[in-house]
Amino acid sequence: MIISLLVVAFLPFLLFLGLYLKSFLLIHDYSIIDLIFSKVWRPSRGQFGFYPFIVGSVWVTILAMLISAPVCLLTAIYVTQYTRKWFLRIMHPAIDILAGIPSVVYGLWGILVIVPFISEYLGPWFGVKTMGYSIIAAAFVLAIMIIPFILNILIEIFRAIPTELKEAALSLGATPWQTIKHVLVRKALPGIIAALGFGLARAFGETMAVLMVVGNVVKLPKSVFDPGYTLPALIANNYGEVLSIPKYDSALMFAALLLLAVSLFFNLIMHFFIVKYNKF
Amino acid sequence: MRLSRKIEECFFKVLMILSTCFILLILAIIIYSIFEKGIRSMSWEMVTRIPEGGYYYGKGGGILNAILGSLTLAFGATILAFFLGLPVALYINVFLIRHKKLVGLIRFLLDLIWGIPSIVYGAFGFSLMVFFGLQTSLLAGILTVSLFILPIMIRSMDEILRTVPIGLQEAAYALGSNKSETAFRIFTRQSVSGIITAVLLSFGRAIGDAASVLFTAGYTDNLPNSLLEPVATLPLSIFFQLSSPVPEVQARAYASALVLTLIILLVSLFSRGVGKRYHKTKINF
Repeated sequence: MIISLLVVAFLPFLLFLGLYLKSFLLIHDYSIIDLIFSKVWRPSRGQFGFYPFIVGSVWVTILAMLISAPVCLLTAIYVTQYTRKWFLRIMHPAIDILAGIPSVVYGLWGILVIVPFISEYLGPWFGVKTMGYSIIAAAFVLAIMIIPFILNILIEIFRAIPTELKEAALSLGATPWQTIKHVLVRKALPGIIAALGFGLARAFGETMAVLMVVGNVVKLPKSVFDPGYTLPALIANNYGEVLSIPKYDSALMFAALLLLAVSLFFNLIMHFFIVKYNKF
Repeated sequence: MRLSRKIEECFFKVLMILSTCFILLILAIIIYSIFEKGIRSMSWEMVTRIPEGGYYYGKGGGILNAILGSLTLAFGATILAFFLGLPVALYINVFLIRHKKLVGLIRFLLDLIWGIPSIVYGAFGFSLMVFFGLQTSLLAGILTVSLFILPIMIRSMDEILRTVPIGLQEAAYALGSNKSETAFRIFTRQSVSGIITAVLLSFGRAIGDAASVLFTAGYTDNLPNSLLEPVATLPLSIFFQLSSPVPEVQARAYASALVLTLIILLVSLFSRGVGKRYHKTKINF
């Protein structure tokens, strides 16, 4: 039992160490700042600039959060405060199914539905010519993917708020929405931030679905209708040819290291919000 | 004042209903489009044959290699993660129950590991394989995927084991059983339905994940027959068939996606059923 526990406990350190050692070659030769902010990506000439990928990842993630955060918040409030119990009993399997659908299937759905929708309706509507494979398509698919994840946490959080609080506010003459706005949301704020943060970390690391709809063009995107490239997609697309170009594998491992660092960082911070929330 | 309040009330209520409907609608659209596209190109041949020569140009064959490969891989990974995970979950809840801070720290670590994207596991597994000079193989895939589902397995078992009442533990000690007996006999039996749910949940994760097997399990047209050979998986077969320019092959990707979705829906239905069935063995206080 202790051995299993130790294996599990050391896993993150092992991951970090392994990836760090592999990417050491690259970090040793270039400075980290240069790697992150340089815009040129030409592995065959030894130029590794991760800036386009980082920008792509950040755009996709933030847009996805902008779409899914309000939807999740409103739905969570609605199903916990307004509806009866049986509705939650319908919602739970629905959320479970959404959460269980594999990312490849989401990607396929994105290609089937979202990409044509963007190239035929949304793009022309904004007066832009687009292929459909774009930052916005990836963001939309990603938003759907993280909805069940965020929604589950949010529902738990809103259910944990004591009913007395709500009753007190209502008895003071507040309308239901005022109660929600001034009492419930304020009380749940650390929890809400944490839920969104976990969702953000998850969205940042999502690979296959994004890879399939984002377009995979190494260029700084000028608008959300441009194709882009994300860090996980970079790793997934290029693993096959790593051994032919020197330092290429180090570069990919550096990308993985970046992802790991971002995910650990976000989860760490959000955890403190949850701890704070539990203390109330 | 009163009117504006009423308008605000109405406005947000409508907004909330809309967003709830939006989620349900999206789910319906996803299920519908997967089924509608999938059934059209579904055939008996798809699920019972392995790819034949020229399969990726639209010739005959099926995806039996990927179906069986995915099942083998997911079974292997789930079993491995179970045998590594159950002791951990039990240890936390039986042996360390008095050390609240330590348990909190372990749970925190597990949550951190849970958050790590699967592509990072894939990259890590790949770098290990390069280091040891190994080829892509079923074994490497199983190892990587089991690492990836381990935190999911442990945390969901942990959540169930947490609910075992302390009185049960005390009763077991009072009757003279030691800690391991209490853990493996009492705790495991008490929460068997939850453990099965945890296993099925992890199995669903394992079978659906593509990013971690992309590097490690490789791809092949053969049926899985050895631990040291590459193995095909459903998510990757969907991905590869979809990137083909031939329409027939793309249509097969839809059918493969349908197969994968069906497997996952079945697993999730099954885990719901199991939860109810094994409720009888539970001792209620």
